[in-house]
Amino acid sequence: MISIQGKGVSTGVAIGPLYFYQRAKSTIRRYEVEDEQAEWNRFKDAQAKAVEQLGELAEKARAEAGDEAALLFETHQLMAEDLDYEEAIQGLIQDDKLNAEAAVTDTAAQFAEMFAAMDDAYMQARAADVKDVSSRIISILTGVVQGGIDSPVPIILAADDLAPSETVQLDKSKILGFVTEGGSGSSHTAILARTMGIPAIIGVGDQLKPEYEGREVIVDGSTGNVVVDADEATRTRLLAKQEEQRKMREMLEQLKGKPNETKDGQSIRVYCNIGGPDDVHAVLSNDGGGIGLFRSEFLYLNCDDYPSEDYQFEAYKQVLSDMDGKEVVIRTLDIGADKQIGYFNLPAEENPAMGNRALRICLNRPEVFHTQIRALYRASAFGKLGIMFPMVTSVWEVKEAKKMCERVKAELTAEGIPFAEDVEIGIMIETPAAAVMSDRLAREVDFFSCGTNDLTQYTLACDRQNADLGRFYNPHHPAVLRLLKMVCDNAHKQGIWVGICGELGADLELTETFLSIGIDELSVSPRSVLPLRQKIRETDVSAVREKVLGDLLSDENAL
Amino acid sequence: MKTFEYTITDPVGIHARPAGILVKEIKKYASAVTVIKGEKSVNALKLMALMGMGIKQGDTVKVTVEGADEDTAAAAIEEFFKANF
Repeated sequence: MISIQGKGVSTGVAIGPLYFYQRAKSTIRRYEVEDEQAEWNRFKDAQAKAVEQLGELAEKARAEAGDEAALLFETHQLMAEDLDYEEAIQGLIQDDKLNAEAAVTDTAAQFAEMFAAMDDAYMQARAADVKDVSSRIISILTGVVQGGIDSPVPIILAADDLAPSETVQLDKSKILGFVTEGGSGSSHTAILARTMGIPAIIGVGDQLKPEYEGREVIVDGSTGNVVVDADEATRTRLLAKQEEQRKMREMLEQLKGKPNETKDGQSIRVYCNIGGPDDVHAVLSNDGGGIGLFRSEFLYLNCDDYPSEDYQFEAYKQVLSDMDGKEVVIRTLDIGADKQIGYFNLPAEENPAMGNRALRICLNRPEVFHTQIRALYRASAFGKLGIMFPMVTSVWEVKEAKKMCERVKAELTAEGIPFAEDVEIGIMIETPAAAVMSDRLAREVDFFSCGTNDLTQYTLACDRQNADLGRFYNPHHPAVLRLLKMVCDNAHKQGIWVGICGELGADLELTETFLSIGIDELSVSPRSVLPLRQKIRETDVSAVREKVLGDLLSDENAL
Repeated sequence: MKTFEYTITDPVGIHARPAGILVKEIKKYASAVTVIKGEKSVNALKLMALMGMGIKQGDTVKVTVEGADEDTAAAAIEEFFKANF
């Protein structure tokens, strides 16, 4: 048995014979042409043919993987007809009397180099698109047919890397999974594999040897593991995993549209955590009920200077409109010396976790805060917005932050700019101080959301990044769970709702606990929504509540 | 000639696929469209040159539209930028 480790970019387990992609190799001849005009016409014919083929591929991709996949080939069509590209080829044919194949090869190299030299990973990856389009034109010119799969049975396809046009032309009924030597998680191959629901593992490098051709391999897209000639135990284990995943997927699909309601009728809202407007589609496709945590940091991290009010407004507005009236809780800036942003010029700190961070920066730098709050209120007119302040320890901080909201609302009213009147204001409960003072804090806000990562770290005085502290860092520690219960009770006494937006929210071992203490909302990563919904629907709170609450106080758990 | 300025909000900037749709959109009009960033300017019909400008989130670009249908074209193209970039 040979085990190879790569990076899984599309999940699932597949088993089958390994097959290396047969790429037609054509050596490009290079010669001087006598009739430049005829050679130019030859290029124009090949170009027209390429555009036609790409149009067919776009339709094929549309049928298999949707509009987004088709758009890629339509872009390739435009690249094939690009004026600069064409001009460069024309120059080589007409001025240098170069044959069309060589002219296309040289021009492709020149454009690919331009993209590869850009300081942007996304653009660098476009070098592959230029080469892909060019090799199609060259294939047409030389008459060599592009490679494919010649196998009677379905296979696991191996390749150095697959160009998008190669991936889409493949006979999908023959492919069980992909393994590539190179590639990146954002390559078109990875994206197409995910869209089509086929496992894919990239970056295995030279561990994949040509002599493995035809031998049985098992790929596990969730771990990135490729096993050649698996022993019986491994084979059995992975096949069981495959079956389990298949059943799981079917079952989860059926949960879409169903309420997050326990057997005894208790409801809880399941929302999602997102990092930017691009994540909204994942929220909707996983049936998330809203957004419980939109980390606004990305706006600041992606800019070279303080993001303007308009710029922020557009991003918030987009998320609110895309969510179409479902609740969206946006957390105000949460950075600090550990999540540095250059232009903030924050001095290095001995102890960044306890330093000038999050709401503290906003209160110390009201001009930065003012811009964000204005952008948020302007966006509130486009959906159901909640604003959440991170890293609160005292009541006065919340009062000061709310004063900024009042100031902004007065400004917008004076300027005649619309905003929603029903924006909810909430705070993160992530410091022990906030948890202990939650009875008083509850009087100031509309909701609480517990950030369990920081709450655990601060409560246990344990840095979770420190590998030596593994057994000291216990997120199920009764100290943390008791604080959560206290926060929940205090919130409900004031009639406000309370959620959890840390990693703990998706921890299925604690779902019973959260339901028992009466948490109103869990905000988790989009792909955790359906597994969590399943767990909720299997729970009978009335049957477990007493035991769960007793466990929080038991001697056994206090050890 | 019509001109507008736009600040890119899309996290990946003017990248391949939207740039492709932009070229298609512009082909609908008779006007010449130029995208200007800093000192660089390109004919917006030139897809690869447009991508080569490396326009990123937060960058402000100036777009000029000149020709017989510049009024309709400029309005439509500005809408297109807002919707896609």
